[in-house]
Amino acid sequence: MKTSPSRRLLVVACGLIYFFLMLPLLVVFPISLSSAPYMQFPPPGLSWQWYERYLDDPQWIDATWRSLYIGGATAVLALALGVPLAFALVRGKFFGRILIDRLALAPVIVPTIILSVAVYGLFAKLKLIGMWYGLVIAHTVLALPFVVLVIGAGLRDFDRSLEQAAEGLGASRWRTLARITLPLLRPSLVSAGLLAFISSFDEVVVALFMAGANMTLPKKMFDNIMMEIDPTIAAVSVMQILLVSIVLVLIGRFGRGLKDSAR
Amino acid sequence: MAKRFGDVVALDHVSLQVAQGELLTILGPSGSGKTTLLKVVAGFETPDGGTVKVGGIEITALPPARRDIGMVFQNYALFPHLSVAANVAFPLEMRNVGRSEIDTRVAQALAMVELKGYEARLPRQLSGGQQQRVALARAIVFNPRLLLLDEPFGALDRKLRETMQLEVRRLQRRLGLTTVFITHDQEEALVLSDRIAVMNKGTIQQVATTTEIYERPANDFVADFVGESNIFHGTMSAPGTVTFDGGRTLQVRSEKPAGAKVGVLMRPERFAPSGANVFTGEVVESVYLGTSFKLRLACEGGLELLVRQPARGPMPAAGARVTVGIDPESIHVF
Amino acid sequence: MKSRGFLPALPALILLFVFFLFPVVRMLGFSVEGGTFDWYAKALGEELYLRVFWNTFEIALLVTFFCLLLGYPLGFLMATTTPFWATAGFIFVLLPLWTSVLVRTYAWMVLLGRNGVFNRTLIESGIIADPIPLLHNFTGVLIGMVHVLLPYMVLPIYSAVRKVDPAIPAAAAGLGASSFAIFRRIYLPLTLNGIFAGSVLVFVLSLGFFITPALLGGGRVMMIAVLIEQQVREALNWPFAAALSAVLLVFTFAVYALAQRLTRTETAR
Repeated sequence: MKTSPSRRLLVVACGLIYFFLMLPLLVVFPISLSSAPYMQFPPPGLSWQWYERYLDDPQWIDATWRSLYIGGATAVLALALGVPLAFALVRGKFFGRILIDRLALAPVIVPTIILSVAVYGLFAKLKLIGMWYGLVIAHTVLALPFVVLVIGAGLRDFDRSLEQAAEGLGASRWRTLARITLPLLRPSLVSAGLLAFISSFDEVVVALFMAGANMTLPKKMFDNIMMEIDPTIAAVSVMQILLVSIVLVLIGRFGRGLKDSAR
Repeated sequence: MAKRFGDVVALDHVSLQVAQGELLTILGPSGSGKTTLLKVVAGFETPDGGTVKVGGIEITALPPARRDIGMVFQNYALFPHLSVAANVAFPLEMRNVGRSEIDTRVAQALAMVELKGYEARLPRQLSGGQQQRVALARAIVFNPRLLLLDEPFGALDRKLRETMQLEVRRLQRRLGLTTVFITHDQEEALVLSDRIAVMNKGTIQQVATTTEIYERPANDFVADFVGESNIFHGTMSAPGTVTFDGGRTLQVRSEKPAGAKVGVLMRPERFAPSGANVFTGEVVESVYLGTSFKLRLACEGGLELLVRQPARGPMPAAGARVTVGIDPESIHVF
Repeated sequence: MKSRGFLPALPALILLFVFFLFPVVRMLGFSVEGGTFDWYAKALGEELYLRVFWNTFEIALLVTFFCLLLGYPLGFLMATTTPFWATAGFIFVLLPLWTSVLVRTYAWMVLLGRNGVFNRTLIESGIIADPIPLLHNFTGVLIGMVHVLLPYMVLPIYSAVRKVDPAIPAAAAGLGASSFAIFRRIYLPLTLNGIFAGSVLVFVLSLGFFITPALLGGGRVMMIAVLIEQQVREALNWPFAAALSAVLLVFTFAVYALAQRLTRTETAR
């Protein structure tokens, strides 16, 4: 195909924009391997010292584990509540359905700071500050819209004649759900679960208010950035970027296509 | 065995019976209510009134899963995540049939539709005709009391469709399956059916054998929908004579009393070069169809006739005058 | 009214009511404690706070503008290129999107700081003598926010361009339209909805942004969200934080409602 001059210009411009997008992700790699005792670029030499410091610091490791299981629990809870909700919103016919639809998506529209402050106020009263399950609940509220959107899209594209066929062939409602509907929705379920996990794993604002002394990884990172810029954060960042890459690969491999979820 | 589909409001007082081992076709244009009727029978819609009975037992209130009705969907509705064998085994598993028996019956069913060796394939690895066969095997493997076919040939090309039609017919005869077949294609209906029920606007227009539907339609709609037709309206002026508004008369065979308003149907292929009733007209349009000429004639009295003639000799050109005749036996009065 | 299939929604609804709707309403209630609107008068009357609102508004507008400027070419290219490059493009948009905001903010601090990568490179290559202030100011916040919000602009524009039948621009080219004319007369009007959707999303998200201004602004760039956090955590002034939240919330919903109205009349035409 012949490339027109304007097309070439577009490609060059986009190259620069992609560079802008990827630059912050790329810059942490050399810094994390720096042998200098403080932030220096380009690094004078290579060493694993910042990774070692991360691995040797029980605070970092604790925070990492906490974020992992809070993320996992959030994904499970968000799926357990969000999947039935998506079914009700897509297939149900009841009074206030549109209102509930709006409510389910509201956590992404309402600024996170407002949600955080509000839930903080309530949890302080309930003495839930610093409790890991308190964070799971708040993160589930934030993750619910992703689950509803992804599962809802999957359900809307679902060919219902397959369910009718299963019922006509003798399957009960539950067996149809277990044998036909859910297996066919698996890509959407995988994507929704992983997105819920990542949204919790990355979440800072709510954690800032509610983690208390039991810090999550993002909260620990936030505090460190506020205090001192030390390349340990670069090492943590590299691991975070690698984790997200793995999750994206998993979504691409087993989930509903990345491009579909853009719609 | 008798089945009754009764009094559904979306379907205006529809009542149908299908005999054991019979293939009944429900024929109608889209929106005629035929799909609703099918859904009521299969249990996907509940009727607002009336009953559905299979073998004398009422099943109106039963969920689809407990009706024992095999169905082939328009798009086949094969489970895309299950292999061919697992698709066919599905209804047996739902009935808690033992594993070894499932294997035997699945093998039998697949042999019946000539798909031996395809067990492990996924539906998307099959051609349209093969998918159709899997759907058929899945619908009959559990010996349903009734088989429903919902426009199953729509997605196939013409040649494959004709092969599949004959195959389904053979299979249905061999197994003695009571079958209800839904289509909007009148040719398909004539090929496959023992009897045809013509539907329009939620009501059944006529239920009869294929020849009867074609030769002796009950009303304008059936006459027009099935095959090509010339339909006129007139009055019985004397026994055996119909007079049209323009004054032209027609000799017919009919028991209708004098004075009755009647419809008259003349099939285009029933015209001969001469006959008891003679029409002369100018050719408005002529089409060559290989085996026949299709002519549109403007006759005296404002009548316009569609006529088919065997394709022999030169085709009459537009503007030519042509005379055709038709005997009273070939005219249907309703 | 006949109701069907409501029950599965119930558990999620309870969660949303107890841990979302109730706390938010409860908190907003603090703002009118004692039956006065004094806190609102303070938020909307004192110049100090009005300037924060104005700041927030200005940043949100600028962020939206730059996101559109950078996002349209990306979305356009991704939607019109080969599947391989489209997938690659997606990865490069989604990877930053799902990378922690903290990682990205930290990286920008490394890049933009006084002794950061940019300033070092520029000084060493002799282009400038003294470091340019890029961090802890308006510029830094702007760069950081555009980076975080750019994917939210790219995705709607991508799907809008995807929906344009490629035969239409091809037909226009066949009729003699230049590349620029095709863009202005074909793509631009046909993708207005995507531009609009992306812009509204980016604008609304900017209004409530917290992490980036808090870290890259270094306390010198005040946005509403940062102010709310300070009022709760440092000043412990809940009623005032609640009043500020209420104003921010009303702003956010007003923008959404307006956008919905506009898109509705757009599609009605």
